[in-house]
Amino acid sequence: MAYQIENTQQGEKYNTIFSKVPAAERRKRNSRSRLRKRILLSTYIVLLMLPIYWLLNMSLQTNSEILGSMTLWPQNLTFDNYIGIFTDSSWYMGYVNSILYVVMNMIITMLVALPAAYAFSRYKFIGDKHLFFWLLTNLMAPPAVFLLPYFQLYYSVGLFDTHIAVALAHCLFNIPLAIWILEGFMSSVPKEIDETAYIDGYSFPKFFVKIFIPMISSGIGVVLFFLFMFSWVELLLARTLTSTDAQPIGMIMTRTSTASGIDWGTLAAAGMLTIIPGILVVYFVRNHIAKGFALGRT
Amino acid sequence: MNNKVQNNRAWLLVLPMLVLVAFSAIIPLMTVVNYSVQDVLGPNASFFTGTEWFRTMLNDPALHAAFGRQVAFSLIILAIQVPLGIGIALLMPKKGWQASAVLILITLPLLIPWNVVGSIWQIFTRNDIGLMGWSLSELGLDYNLTRNAGDAWFTIILMDVWHWTPLVAMLCYSGLRSIPEAYYQAARIDRASKWAVFRYIQLPKLTNVLVIAVLLRFMHSFMIYAEPFVLTGGGPGSSTTFLSQSLTTMAIGQQDLGPSAAFSIIYFLVILLVSWVFYTTIMHMQKDKNSQGGA
Repeated sequence: MAYQIENTQQGEKYNTIFSKVPAAERRKRNSRSRLRKRILLSTYIVLLMLPIYWLLNMSLQTNSEILGSMTLWPQNLTFDNYIGIFTDSSWYMGYVNSILYVVMNMIITMLVALPAAYAFSRYKFIGDKHLFFWLLTNLMAPPAVFLLPYFQLYYSVGLFDTHIAVALAHCLFNIPLAIWILEGFMSSVPKEIDETAYIDGYSFPKFFVKIFIPMISSGIGVVLFFLFMFSWVELLLARTLTSTDAQPIGMIMTRTSTASGIDWGTLAAAGMLTIIPGILVVYFVRNHIAKGFALGRT
Repeated sequence: MNNKVQNNRAWLLVLPMLVLVAFSAIIPLMTVVNYSVQDVLGPNASFFTGTEWFRTMLNDPALHAAFGRQVAFSLIILAIQVPLGIGIALLMPKKGWQASAVLILITLPLLIPWNVVGSIWQIFTRNDIGLMGWSLSELGLDYNLTRNAGDAWFTIILMDVWHWTPLVAMLCYSGLRSIPEAYYQAARIDRASKWAVFRYIQLPKLTNVLVIAVLLRFMHSFMIYAEPFVLTGGGPGSSTTFLSQSLTTMAIGQQDLGPSAAFSIIYFLVILLVSWVFYTTIMHMQKDKNSQGGA
């Protein structure tokens, strides 16, 4: 922090020496451009929030009010939609299912991606470049291509409709992504650190857990965010591999459209609730994201 | 890194990953290849058809149309999202609670399950109860998703921009954060204009994250399924039917195993080819710059 303040003061000093514009005028210009930035950014965020606001607005109304007329905010506030979801186990289990397989996927992916990324970043071995590109190709495989084979594969090994099936299926695109990002972070840690640790008598596993992982913690934070995000929002595979016990919430939400029309209120409330776990994850990794995804990729 | 050690025992570290990915990628892919060269009549009755399905697929006009639409869609959204994402990243506050708040708000659309995104926009664009549809109607515009192909396209592109620009912005933001303050000071001493700072300091630093952003965006937009499916159902007519949807309709709706498997493989190869070209071009560009290739 002190370093930052010193920096800006220095910048100011440079400006006083090198800039033709008088100081007062320069400050005015700066504040004007900052204001313009603020206004532009606020406009974008407001536009971004509009659809989400609309969802929130609908989730706090009764169905008759939603369909009745156009209102910009709920005329008579009701929490019935949310209460309905929290009291019906078939609804809230959907969230539990989704969270379960996302967490499983995060753990599995991290366990296999960390050593693999380390190998890619530190060693040359036979076929490493080909292997790396092949990994990336998996990231490009459209889930739609794999629907049927997945269904048959998991059915035949008896994993159909379990959380682990979805977690494993999501590894298809999450493992390559994790390795890709982690490799960049690991390459930015100097090799000398590894060597010093070995000289000090650390065994490889101990060094990896005690020294190396804390060093790339911000990388791990960013990766976890991505893993969460892509696993949480993916529904094509999750829908195909589950039927009743492990249904993701996105699938349960489709129950709101019945013969008598769509239950908009419940749909909107359920949609609002799907955003909340994500907000928590972003909150925990926000500083790491800012710290530099670009680390080691400079 | 140029000083990697040759060590074939590193395979041991890669092995667990390989086993898992093989289970979730290679086995299913082999199944698809199997189907694509057979005509499956029943559980135990199938005969070898060779490349017949591939020929059928490559000559299918409906697929040609879907493919054209898909390419157009991907190009349009890349052209909008990448510049927009860079612009937003430049506007974002650098530190403090504001930075966190903006980051959290901006990432919200990324955290919504894809079919819910479709539902949100389905509500949002309705003429009678949706804010956007209603506003446009009030302004006297004839806006109708289900009737006008143009409106459907406009909405889907708008939805995708809304949904995915934050990803580009977030990646660029973290790229910008990694630029040392000293660079800006040096630019100030040289009295560099804002444009020069962007062109010679910020943009080169952004190239690496932009590679990730563009690749991810291209791949996801090329596989887009849930959002248009929920929003327009591929209509009006088939004006917003993209490749994934044609494929799922074929495989699940009509149970045409052979053709849809052949289609899958063609689809996969196209994505692979484009990404490979893109990837190698970038790698060569990085080699020319003599910088260490990150990915």
